[in-house]
Amino acid sequence: MKITVEIPSALRRFTDGVQTIECSSETLPDLLGEIEQRFPAISKHLRDDSGQVRRFVNIYVNEEDIRFLGGNNYKFHEGDRVLVVPSIAGGAPARPCLSGRRAAGGPADACG
Amino acid sequence: MAEHYQLKCRECGRLWGNQARSFCDECLSPLEVVYDLDAIRPIFTRRNIEAGPTNLWRYSALLPLPEDYQGTIPAGFTPLVQARRLGKKLGTTNLYLKNDAVCFPTLSFKDRVVATALAAARRFGFQVVSCSSTGNLANAVAAQAAREGFDAWIFIPADLEAAKVTGTQVFGAKLVRIAGNYDQVNRLCSQIAEKFQWGFVNVNLRPYYAEGSKTVGFEIAEQLGWRLPDNIVCPMAGGSLITKIRKSFNELVALGLVEEKKVKFFGAQATGCSPISDAVKRKLEQFEPQKPATIARSLAIGNPADGYYATRAIRESGGWAEDISDPEIVKGIQLLAESEGIFTETAGGVTTGVTQKLLEQGYINPSETTVACITGNGLKTIDAISQEYTLTPAIEPRLTVFENFINDRMVAVAGK
Repeated sequence: MKITVEIPSALRRFTDGVQTIECSSETLPDLLGEIEQRFPAISKHLRDDSGQVRRFVNIYVNEEDIRFLGGNNYKFHEGDRVLVVPSIAGGAPARPCLSGRRAAGGPADACG
Repeated sequence: MAEHYQLKCRECGRLWGNQARSFCDECLSPLEVVYDLDAIRPIFTRRNIEAGPTNLWRYSALLPLPEDYQGTIPAGFTPLVQARRLGKKLGTTNLYLKNDAVCFPTLSFKDRVVATALAAARRFGFQVVSCSSTGNLANAVAAQAAREGFDAWIFIPADLEAAKVTGTQVFGAKLVRIAGNYDQVNRLCSQIAEKFQWGFVNVNLRPYYAEGSKTVGFEIAEQLGWRLPDNIVCPMAGGSLITKIRKSFNELVALGLVEEKKVKFFGAQATGCSPISDAVKRKLEQFEPQKPATIARSLAIGNPADGYYATRAIRESGGWAEDISDPEIVKGIQLLAESEGIFTETAGGVTTGVTQKLLEQGYINPSETTVACITGNGLKTIDAISQEYTLTPAIEPRLTVFENFINDRMVAVAGK
């Protein structure tokens, strides 16, 4: 399975200037590991000291915020395009409790 | 004279000088403008401010403006009115309204942030200014770009209120309607900002833009006679305004213009888009994003850029947050209009309704001084309220006809 990851310009200095990379991971945690294996210098910029994806990094899959797709539990599909966007907003895509509420006013998620 | 401000990462603290950027390359966290307050202290005095123009430029010394910048748009310095009749209905005697429904030039508090953002756009040499917007910001950027001679490209969700669409186009701005919600528009704009050399007021100019919101707080303090209120009730979309009012109060205390006071900050959202109030009420460190579904479109941001900081500011201040339903928003608009003669848009209905709720719940002490921030004008969201009213048939312009008409009305009222 192939998915494409688009690297924002702020992080391209750690990917030898490469804008898009092809990966084969099934989930977001695996994908982050795969990216870091290929580009080790990116790690400390993507994750904080405790290994969590930094609070202000947003991950999108085919234009949808991954938190609405199940976050860490989302299984990538063939051809998915993953977009990493720094700091347009809050959010912690790779924290254990991820799946945000879909319907406003609905019951709180049973996470944590 | 050296500049007294620069960008600083809000998380790792790295300094970035002054440039068109909104996040730190090291930790990807947002940047904020910080000031050398010691250098500013001699010039940011009550006397100098009071001698300044009656608009937000009276606070220029604590705004991130190029040296000797002369703002030409007289935005801000909106009325702070005591709300006696509304206060009586809500059971409080010290309620004030900061009325940005009449902010110049486009009738919302966004005129303030655009004023400082365009100063930065000029400084960094942009010809084109741009924004993602739920409507009020679109109007403000379009209008001020026209006056200042910038080209404007405005990105909005396609379902915005007609008044906000026309109120952008009329200024000659290029309007791009996106088939998606604000969060999708905002994400797209982050991508566009990487490829186009445009000054996006709320993306790459965001730190400078956000500082404009502080003038709401400066004005509240000055208009209260150089003192701080006990409570602030503030609507929350991206969550920036509430954090910036708090910052403005802290700066006034640090510079000795007001006495120190622990001001409690209360955030107001629509239940149909309430990621920040949800986080406050559930005591979450980090909000969970939502898909907006509310008539309060100007607050319909499900992934608020400053949601984390707004949640923290509310918590640290000892305040709280609440949200209300769409029917309650309509009632809030009517309550404010019928009590105080102020016609606000849906966001102001949210603020009014939430103020009522917080007083009822006991979160706000009714004997304390509370300022509720009304941030937009009702004429822009007529559709949200027009169905509440019916038109009587037109009558002939004759006195006897009117007398019959009023008799019928009296009978109808008496029969109720």
